[in-house]
Amino acid sequence: MEQALTLFFEYKEEIFIIALSIFLGIEVISHVPAVLHTPLMSGANAISGVIIIGGIILVGHADLTSFSVNLVLGILALIFGTLNVVGGFAITDRMLEMFKKKKK
Amino acid sequence: MDKILGTINGMDFTIGDSLLELSYLIAALLFVFGLKLLSHPATARRGNLWAASGMGLAMITTLLLHKNSSGGGIPMMNMWVIILFIGIGSALGWIIARKVKMTAMPQLVSLFNASGGAASMLVALLEYPNAIAGDTGSILVTVLGLVIGAIAFSGSVIAWGKLDGRVGDIMKPFMTYLNLFLLVLTIALSVYIIISPNPPTDLMWAIYILTLLSLIYGVMFVMPIGGADMPVVISLLNALTGIAAAMAGFIYGNQAMILGGILVGAAGMILTMLMCKAMNRSLLNVIIGSFGGSAAGAAGDGDKTVKEISLSDAAVLLSYSQKVYIVPGYGLAVAQAQHLCHELDTLLAAKGVEVKYAIHPVAGRMPGHMNVLLAEADVPYDKLVEMDEANNEMPNTDVVIVIGANDVVNPAAEDDPGSPIYGMPIIKVLDAKNVIVMKRSMAAGYAAIPNNLFYHPKNSMLFGDAKASLQKLVTEVKSL
Repeated sequence: MEQALTLFFEYKEEIFIIALSIFLGIEVISHVPAVLHTPLMSGANAISGVIIIGGIILVGHADLTSFSVNLVLGILALIFGTLNVVGGFAITDRMLEMFKKKKK
Repeated sequence: MDKILGTINGMDFTIGDSLLELSYLIAALLFVFGLKLLSHPATARRGNLWAASGMGLAMITTLLLHKNSSGGGIPMMNMWVIILFIGIGSALGWIIARKVKMTAMPQLVSLFNASGGAASMLVALLEYPNAIAGDTGSILVTVLGLVIGAIAFSGSVIAWGKLDGRVGDIMKPFMTYLNLFLLVLTIALSVYIIISPNPPTDLMWAIYILTLLSLIYGVMFVMPIGGADMPVVISLLNALTGIAAAMAGFIYGNQAMILGGILVGAAGMILTMLMCKAMNRSLLNVIIGSFGGSAAGAAGDGDKTVKEISLSDAAVLLSYSQKVYIVPGYGLAVAQAQHLCHELDTLLAAKGVEVKYAIHPVAGRMPGHMNVLLAEADVPYDKLVEMDEANNEMPNTDVVIVIGANDVVNPAAEDDPGSPIYGMPIIKVLDAKNVIVMKRSMAAGYAAIPNNLFYHPKNSMLFGDAKASLQKLVTEVKSL
């Protein structure tokens, strides 16, 4: 119990953000029409690429003077993250472009 | 930029530090705003761009302003290396997203989701040794990020394989127990690592085993799931990637990552629930996978007769109708017949027939699959009607053509309490005056549930490959 309370106090700001983001996420997309299910999912998927920030920080503070497995993994994280971000937003845009074309 | 503005908790902070956090706030707001716009057809494309610009901003400011501890911390190094690899990743992502065929969309979404999960897993794995022994909070989020990221990664790879037709659905009764065992093992090891007072560097063996276990669990959990359950799994995996990214955000105390990740997690969960609701099944039921099995015994009634319709009769029937509904399913995507389908609907429209499409929420293999498929064939989206509205219009419909769909039109969902899909909302094609089912053979659908629709007096079958049949039907309609 004490440990849980300590944990809560240490991370109170983050826990507030989490609690509010959950509601925000639900509210923001709750009335999405079925036509947009795929683009929404794919756009959201691209947003989950924020992990790229972690990748940048990781490699930004890595020691490049000597080779290590960790360095390779860090660079992989960077590439995977970028792939998720750029690929995700690009594919969503392509999908929506296709939808738009129809409206004429 | 390095001018010290003040001190919080004994740490100096500079103009740069403050600007960095401000940029994260703007990025987070752009994510929310983008997602909001993404949920309305008219603004969706703009929404995607807003979210993308938020991401771009956060990436640039991190690169320029991040320090590994506030104030006098060490600024970013290896700038050019980072830019180089981001460049490589961007080029790769861009080319894949632009060049891959539109019909391979579900696979691509899974693949990008896998790469996000992999990135989260790697970040957590590499940050773990830097955690301080006994700091339960940061070890907890690191382990969560690792486990969830790994499951999302390997699960999405398997989902990609299934959508691409490389991996089959493997369902053995013992797998339910094996999966449960794997899950318990993963949780137990996670708890051990989290509460252990030993320094993380002494627990590297456990972290490696945990990574492996999570990867295996991801594979095993997606393996038995297939067919109509794919949309549920894909949106669930999407939600998991978001949560994993949020956990990594905790490690760095980065609010933009936490908010972005949780936002995606919540949105993904909503979509997952929506898909479950469209099948009248609980999420647990989908994951454990108890489809088929018990009720499959009812299949053995071979004395019922099926009525067939000739192509010319079908063409006449369609041409002289007032209103026609097309119910597409995964079979349409497999046969790649969406363009022919659109050709048929334009031909009929030219003859004064009103043609619309009735879209079941779980038709296809990902949420909204049929919408994307038909949009690719230039079908205007006001012709795509959602299930409830289509059901209201069924009594005024002359002909319904079912192309490559099965379970979503199975009347057993309404009138057979013993059926595994009983209670699932369906498109009530039997309310229409005539039904034509285009099908390869009499085989049951993914769920292996017999479909009494085929034997109904209102229904006639048009056997053959959907593409070939549609091609012939188009020719027949043209010649009328």
